Amino acid sequence: MATTLDRSADPATGSGLLRIPHEPSWVRLVGIVGVLAFVGAQAVGVLTSPPDRDMGDLQKIMYVHVPAAWNAFIAFLVVALASIGVLVTNDERADLLAAAAAEVGATLTALTLMLGSIWGRPTWGVWWTWDARLTSTAVLLVIFVGYLTLREYAEEPERRMRWSAAVGIIGALNVPIVYMSVRWWRTLHQIQSSPATVDPHYVIGLRANAIAILLLLVFFIARRYHLSRIENALAQRAERRALFGPEIGEDRHAGA
Amino acid sequence: MVQTQGHGARTRAHSYPSVSDPVLAEGVARRFAARWALRGVTLSVRRGEVVAIRGSNGSGKSTLLRIIAGALRLTRGTCLVFGHDVGREARFVRPQVGLLGHGASLYQDLSVAENLTFAARMACIAHDPRSISAAIEGVGLTPSANERARNLSSGMQRRVALARLTMCAPKLLLLDEPYNSLDDDGLAVVDKLVRDTRADGGATVIVSHDVDRVSGIADRILTMDDGLLFAGESAAIARDADARAHAPLLLAHDRAR
Amino acid sequence: MSLDPPLGIRDEMSRMRAVAWKDLTAERRSKSNLNGVVFLAVMMLVLFGFALGPDAEALRSAAAGVLWLTILFSGVLAFNRSYQLELEGDALETLLLYPGERWPIFLGKLVANLVFVLLVEVVVVPMASVLYNLAVWRALPSLLTVLVLGTIGFVTLGTFYAAMASRVRAREVLLPLLLFPMLVPLLVASVGATMALLSGNAMGDAASWMRGLAAFDAIYLIASTLAFPYVIEV
Repeated sequence: MATTLDRSADPATGSGLLRIPHEPSWVRLVGIVGVLAFVGAQAVGVLTSPPDRDMGDLQKIMYVHVPAAWNAFIAFLVVALASIGVLVTNDERADLLAAAAAEVGATLTALTLMLGSIWGRPTWGVWWTWDARLTSTAVLLVIFVGYLTLREYAEEPERRMRWSAAVGIIGALNVPIVYMSVRWWRTLHQIQSSPATVDPHYVIGLRANAIAILLLLVFFIARRYHLSRIENALAQRAERRALFGPEIGEDRHAGA
Repeated sequence: MVQTQGHGARTRAHSYPSVSDPVLAEGVARRFAARWALRGVTLSVRRGEVVAIRGSNGSGKSTLLRIIAGALRLTRGTCLVFGHDVGREARFVRPQVGLLGHGASLYQDLSVAENLTFAARMACIAHDPRSISAAIEGVGLTPSANERARNLSSGMQRRVALARLTMCAPKLLLLDEPYNSLDDDGLAVVDKLVRDTRADGGATVIVSHDVDRVSGIADRILTMDDGLLFAGESAAIARDADARAHAPLLLAHDRAR
Repeated sequence: MSLDPPLGIRDEMSRMRAVAWKDLTAERRSKSNLNGVVFLAVMMLVLFGFALGPDAEALRSAAAGVLWLTILFSGVLAFNRSYQLELEGDALETLLLYPGERWPIFLGKLVANLVFVLLVEVVVVPMASVLYNLAVWRALPSLLTVLVLGTIGFVTLGTFYAAMASRVRAREVLLPLLLFPMLVPLLVASVGATMALLSGNAMGDAASWMRGLAAFDAIYLIASTLAFPYVIEV
């Protein structure tokens, strides 16, 4: 009797039904807590600080702008650490984590810049100031976008993994250098630095919002990461189906 | 067991594969995006052996050669060349392996002599003008020594690649369709190269669809089909269910120690 | 069985020189490329001149920035070309199969690209001093040092990112997208030093900018060399 190909030895199938990973239950919890925390933190911010003597109520925008900036940098830190993880362990999950963090980080960075611009216009009459923080944030956004664009163009999964990791690490290395060099540039030109945001009145609101947005950051990154893993698993399943037909235990009529 | 002996086969005492063999590949698989080009190839090549692999286009023959050479990373499985892992210990593998690819892999704006000088410098072997001229003469290209690669025919470019291979004298030869686009002089060089390597205790893997040519020199002829390696000379056999039933035997034999 | 041991540093340096020689020889043979880039750079200087207006003072104060932008925008054309050379004859596979490490390949290409961009600067800097009326003689040795330091950092990062960008479809877009945000510190420091030198360096700023440049160069060089084996592949 003709034997069929020994599929257990075939790497395309491995053995057993390919599992679709389940999102851990804590992710949803973090998301809910994060939303509540954000609402609460915004309330804290609005209620605990008086209108700024220069900016008025517009100052409240800072409660999103500044924590968003902090968390964008945290997202980038995750990209950098996950990228190191990719090069050390060669595990594609680290790569998916880095990509998820990059997407969320890019969104946060864009949000930071927009809010900063909106804040700046009525305050100083300009849409943009070339101060160190804002400029570094703009550069960070372009680095993120470059990272994500590279991933778009590198089609081979293993190549994409290695390239993204290298670009992520070197990009991360440069962010503090950009910040320092712009600061240096500004001080030499003796430009007025932007108003401090560490007036004690604001600290509570800022911290509360920072934590809330951090929770939301974790939620979005975890969710995005999990979605990538599902996409991955489904693609591999479809590929196996194409090669060998439905597997034992798989519903023959289910969609891929 | 279905195993085709080429005419060049020598009777030898049956020996099990050992770790320091020229090639010891097990379950090698390679994926390109969604497509698996190699799906679990197990192969061992002994010293002094010449193994020929034939198969249709897209069966994964070139991919296998490139993985053994270390030019491509493998997705799954292991591959040892002279006992060293091609991935992690590539720096020990590369000095001993010579790959003749499909194309000639030359710098088009450099002359024949310059291409070979560069190769010699990169391989850290003698690159004085005399050695280079000798290599060029060995493939009969002395008149074109200072001709830019761009101006040579593909057959001549391939001969330059052969000269490069001869200079480096690798212990494991990996030849991808060496009989394509070569004239008789070039073919003679290939044959000599394979014989010399065998005499020195090295090994050769030749990918070729030219069965007649290859059976004169090969000890074993294998077939690749759709990413898997089979014994047997004809791809038709390979597709036949009976032959596939024998395939696990080949794998078991190669895997046995 | 005896094996060739990993190559010593002298052998690796020799391999690096071989790569640089090969790149430069190939570039020289197709010399259309260098000429084209030089003309493009000069044209840029002229366009900047038109864009910034006929006022000589305005031009002179903007000159340092214009000069460096011209170098960056024209120099960037060199990097993808350096890898194109490998892809054209399908030579990359063989290049990566020679014994030894990857860093000689990176540094060899870096040196070749450095020579290329410096040659462009040999034309661009005098042209800029003519077009924008710059007093370059005043601080020529320091100016040359700034040019070299800034160019080294630029070429280091350009050679690194081009290893990836040259392999994808939209290489003309991807290389600037990856490279330019990384050049901000170099640009700031180079322009700062150049501006200080051109205006007499009253505050002694130039020296500190140059120290910064040297530090940036060292960081980028080490990081790129370490990361290069992960991004160069067939």
